[in-house]
Amino acid sequence: MRAKIMTGAAILAVAALALTACTTESNGTAAGGLSIDVPDIPMLEELGEMESEVNIVAWSGFVEPAWTDEFTAETGCTVNRRVAGTSDEMVQLMRTGDYDVVSASGDASLRLIAGGDVQPINLDLVPNFGDDIVEGMKGQIYDTINGKSYGVPIGRGANILQYNSDVVTEAPTSWDVAWEADSPYAGQIIAYDAPIYIADAAVYLMAHEPDLGITNPYALDETQLDAAIDLLKQQNKIVSEYWADPAAQITSFAGGTSALGTSWEILRKLTDDDKFKSVLPEEGSTGWSDAWMIAAESESPNCAYAWVDYTSAAEVNGAIATNFGMAPANAAFCETSDEAAAHCEYFNATDEEYFSNVWFWTTPIEQCIDGRTDATCTNFQQWTDAWLSVKG
Amino acid sequence: MNRRAQLSALLALPMLWLIGIYIFSLIMLLVTAFWVTDPFTSKVKPGFTLRNFEQIIANPAYASTSIRTLGIALAVTVLSILISVPLGIFMAKVASPKLRAILAVAITLPLWAGYLVKILAMRITFTEDGFFNSMLGPLGISGPGFSIVTVVLTLTYLWLPYMAVPVYTAIRQLPPNLFDASADLGAGAGFTIRTVVLPLIKPAIIAGSIFTFSLSLGDYIAAKFVGGSTQMIGSIIASNINLNPPIAAAFSLVPIAFVVVYLVVVQRTGALERM
Repeated sequence: MRAKIMTGAAILAVAALALTACTTESNGTAAGGLSIDVPDIPMLEELGEMESEVNIVAWSGFVEPAWTDEFTAETGCTVNRRVAGTSDEMVQLMRTGDYDVVSASGDASLRLIAGGDVQPINLDLVPNFGDDIVEGMKGQIYDTINGKSYGVPIGRGANILQYNSDVVTEAPTSWDVAWEADSPYAGQIIAYDAPIYIADAAVYLMAHEPDLGITNPYALDETQLDAAIDLLKQQNKIVSEYWADPAAQITSFAGGTSALGTSWEILRKLTDDDKFKSVLPEEGSTGWSDAWMIAAESESPNCAYAWVDYTSAAEVNGAIATNFGMAPANAAFCETSDEAAAHCEYFNATDEEYFSNVWFWTTPIEQCIDGRTDATCTNFQQWTDAWLSVKG
Repeated sequence: MNRRAQLSALLALPMLWLIGIYIFSLIMLLVTAFWVTDPFTSKVKPGFTLRNFEQIIANPAYASTSIRTLGIALAVTVLSILISVPLGIFMAKVASPKLRAILAVAITLPLWAGYLVKILAMRITFTEDGFFNSMLGPLGISGPGFSIVTVVLTLTYLWLPYMAVPVYTAIRQLPPNLFDASADLGAGAGFTIRTVVLPLIKPAIIAGSIFTFSLSLGDYIAAKFVGGSTQMIGSIIASNINLNPPIAAAFSLVPIAFVVVYLVVVQRTGALERM
């Protein structure tokens, strides 16, 4: 974790440099090559009258009637939900201007901030954002830029290895069953369908090919990216299918097409069948750290703020975390009941040690965020292009 | 003068539709293909670069996906013809009026169901524990799973009506005395179909094939839900539309080129005039 905080701090420092450089010349490139040119978007100073509705782009399971009904009753804001399957989809949806709030993961949030799509958040207007936010989610590089906060943490978790225990009788402890050509489950492996999945290959290589020298799966130079793509191509031969749509993933497991592969805890729960089990393999995994963000041009900023505040309260934040199957951002939830405490225990809500093994989604950029200065890393455009060659 | 005003009033809406919706958006697409994307935020900026086209040529995945998609579209077209011609002949010339009506409804009925519903139905059918395997499993036959074969079957299922309806209509319009004459001259059924029916219904087959070919070429939802790891042109465009719209625009010129080449070939055969 310390290494990550250090790299985070390094990025922040460079970003701050870039920003100071950019204030005078908006399109200037700072020394060092990294330029996070953050557009100046005003922060809301005070709340006004509630509008009639709030449009939210969210991950599956974040916005459910169990807590939206009460919100609507309290504030009069009707909640319209749009579920997205990948961060890339979320970024694109937010750019349509039709949505007020998004549950952005680390890889989406930086792009949204730098793209001027979200506004800084006035934390004074979010009283529920308090001291109970877990340490590892405060002031993250993904949502705090130049001292301004752009996001209110929701929760975090790992991309887990899900398996059908009827087929995979011996509980796996490593990702090798999903990557190696001689996997006994060849042809029954499901993989995530997005360029960010390259990082999953990098996490595996980090443990199994130490010679490559990968220390952060989001900081890959060209040789390391090529190695990850080769591993993905090897996996392509043993993959039953790729998923980006949560419903397709569930039916793939339930219909017997896939026996193991990348999953989220909520998808395992939605299969509603105890034979599907999950594990965080020994190599660690990629994961996500999500935060609510408010659109720069939101038509309902007051409802949006009310939503962000409402969902940051211990009970509601806990309900979302419980439903999605992730560690809540608000640690106060863990003390509300025995069940809540058990949930926090299971998802290691306050265990920063556990999360040191989870690499939260981050947008890869040319500046190597692992601290290397003698190498140029590959950016997300290169990842996207390389991803196409996996399926050929 | 008055007449001319009437005519332009009549044509205003269709021309506005054609130019405003089709031509304008196609031109915008072409223009976007030369624009640049910010590698970090994925935001598109107007500009001029040929990098998008260079990238398409440099990465062999674009070429192999284009060829695969072309193969799928041709396979769907051929399969649709193989089903539609015998079906059309049976319906138009053999079936009783009642059976004919039932078959006509059966062919067009799937058009009324949602596109996504039909693809998901095929997904459920071909899943490992699905209908196909549970019906034919006892006979020792196992389904194609999620693969290119399933994509071709699904697309054929989706677009068959666009081939079957024009082919049936064309066969129905063939004068019965042509069949009598052919029989009187001693031709068998197969010979009649090959030398009399097929040449006469060629325009209908070509009309239908334009639909089955171009609709298959642009599809990606089928590949996503029943294709397993099959990647089509549409899959690449869909995954780039979020991250790098200019390259998606550049790549979408490939299916347009395929369709234009196809139409030119069709035009050369003279079939378009008789359509």
